[in-house]
Amino acid sequence: MIRRLIEGSLILFSWAAGLLLTLAFLTLVGFLLQKGGTSLGVNLIFGDTAPLDALLLRQQVFDGLFPAIIGTLLLIAGSMLIAIPLGIAAGIYMAEYCRGRVKTFFSLLFDILAGVPSIIVGLAGLSLTIFLHRSFSAQISTSLLISCLSLALLVLPYLIRTTQTALESIDPLIRMTAPALGASRLQNIIRVLLPNSISEIGSGIILATGRCAEDTAVIMLTGAVASAGLPRSIFSQYEALPFYIYYISSQYSGPDELRRGFGAAILLILLCAGLLLTALWMQRRLKTILLYR
Amino acid sequence: MDRPHSFTEYIFLTAAVCSGLLTAAVFLFLLIFSLPLLQNGELTDLLLSSWAPDKGMYGIYPMLMASLTLACLSLVISFPLSLGCSFVISALAPARLRRFLLSMVRLMTGIPTVVYSFAALFLLVPFMRNILGHGSGMSILTAAPVLALLIAPTMIIFFVGSFEKVPLSATLAVDALGGNPIQKLLYVMIPQAWPGIINGVLLGFGRAMGDTMISLMLAGNSVSAFNSLSQSARSLTAHIALVMAFDFDSMEFKSIFVCGLLLYIFTAILMLLLRMSTLCLSGKR
Repeated sequence: MIRRLIEGSLILFSWAAGLLLTLAFLTLVGFLLQKGGTSLGVNLIFGDTAPLDALLLRQQVFDGLFPAIIGTLLLIAGSMLIAIPLGIAAGIYMAEYCRGRVKTFFSLLFDILAGVPSIIVGLAGLSLTIFLHRSFSAQISTSLLISCLSLALLVLPYLIRTTQTALESIDPLIRMTAPALGASRLQNIIRVLLPNSISEIGSGIILATGRCAEDTAVIMLTGAVASAGLPRSIFSQYEALPFYIYYISSQYSGPDELRRGFGAAILLILLCAGLLLTALWMQRRLKTILLYR
Repeated sequence: MDRPHSFTEYIFLTAAVCSGLLTAAVFLFLLIFSLPLLQNGELTDLLLSSWAPDKGMYGIYPMLMASLTLACLSLVISFPLSLGCSFVISALAPARLRRFLLSMVRLMTGIPTVVYSFAALFLLVPFMRNILGHGSGMSILTAAPVLALLIAPTMIIFFVGSFEKVPLSATLAVDALGGNPIQKLLYVMIPQAWPGIINGVLLGFGRAMGDTMISLMLAGNSVSAFNSLSQSARSLTAHIALVMAFDFDSMEFKSIFVCGLLLYIFTAILMLLLRMSTLCLSGKR
């Protein structure tokens, strides 16, 4: 009798928990859409400037999100350019060459790096800047390059782990075939193992891209500012979407700016959700596409 | 370890060693910058005194307590919710709803934290201001539910994953004996999957301790020690984010590296714990 009661109340509680979580999530997102939905449009991105002029860099955009969007895209491109080769190479080493104690030690290190809060990564970037500033040149300050380096460090353990698990989960039959036919270890990796795990590695890369796009704590310590326009070089400060949202939340001066903040939040959600869905889709589809090409 | 055989292996080895060194480098940077404070003031002093730069006190006790309180409170809210939700996903719901819920949870992991806090700032903060009746509405109580929402997907995905690993022979046996889904869950799956549940909780706690934007935007950032949950407080991570305004040589600035060091060591211990509980799991089977 008591057992029946416990079981029944557990069922009830579980459904309530699921419902509450769904409702909380939908309320937050719905609230954003309702507040910011009206601001979506060309005007949100380019302000009063003609879109073509802005895109061709003929005119600065002052009252739109254009510089922040470009800043975020540059951040993503820069950090992934650094992180992908390093992460995949280290992942290959972990899966294919590393054995025994060394492997345990390395994977513990990467786990720690993966768990370190992003603000600590930002702090490390900031201290690197101070270090360079003191020992080399007084002109060095926080910049796009430092942010890219820090963000690359943030997603590095993630890329290593995805590559490693993707390679390790390959069917032993496939793994053995090429060496049995006389292929070298490297040939096996490049011709057989990597193409076989491309969909997992690819979706890992896309998820890491999403992480770069959303992270605020790292860039607020390493060079994102509220109004910089388009960055002139990788050594200058820049604007970015997540930092813009944070800045607006505390410093907005009127309903117009606030609406732009909501618009930026929606754009960032769309970007991150889009990347996430692409990654999920890729896991399922890419393999079949590559197989039946 | 056998010696590297080829040139390409050296390249891969270098990449792995570089990545490992970067982990160590982060720690070293934090340590070097916080050394001045660790040397002249005792560590316990720093950890247990309050923050009053005008009196020469750079203690981070209030921030430490705020971080721990926030993380614990959000875990208390989030753990039952996530457990219930993972029950629904792995046992109770029909297949279609199961897929929908799982994709929603996956989508939740991709929502930027800054967006969560931005929405909560204009939705939850005015609400809390009305309920509390005083202050700005930014308090530990405001930040904790949002933080709970942030760590829920991490835990749910972990829980569901560990339920899925329960051997099919065990769950099929329950079905054969005429057990219903909730009995299967309660008497077979949970006893088998508890190490996974513990891992999920540890990871969720780590995420809650490490998150910056939610506590920075919603908890109010007051440096004084708090007496009740409805008061404003500043977490370690928010403290690091806010100190930027100071001059680089000041003691205030150096003290944030102690905060950083503390969080780093916390993460390392957490990961060791995770590693140990995973080993327990594989040793038992």
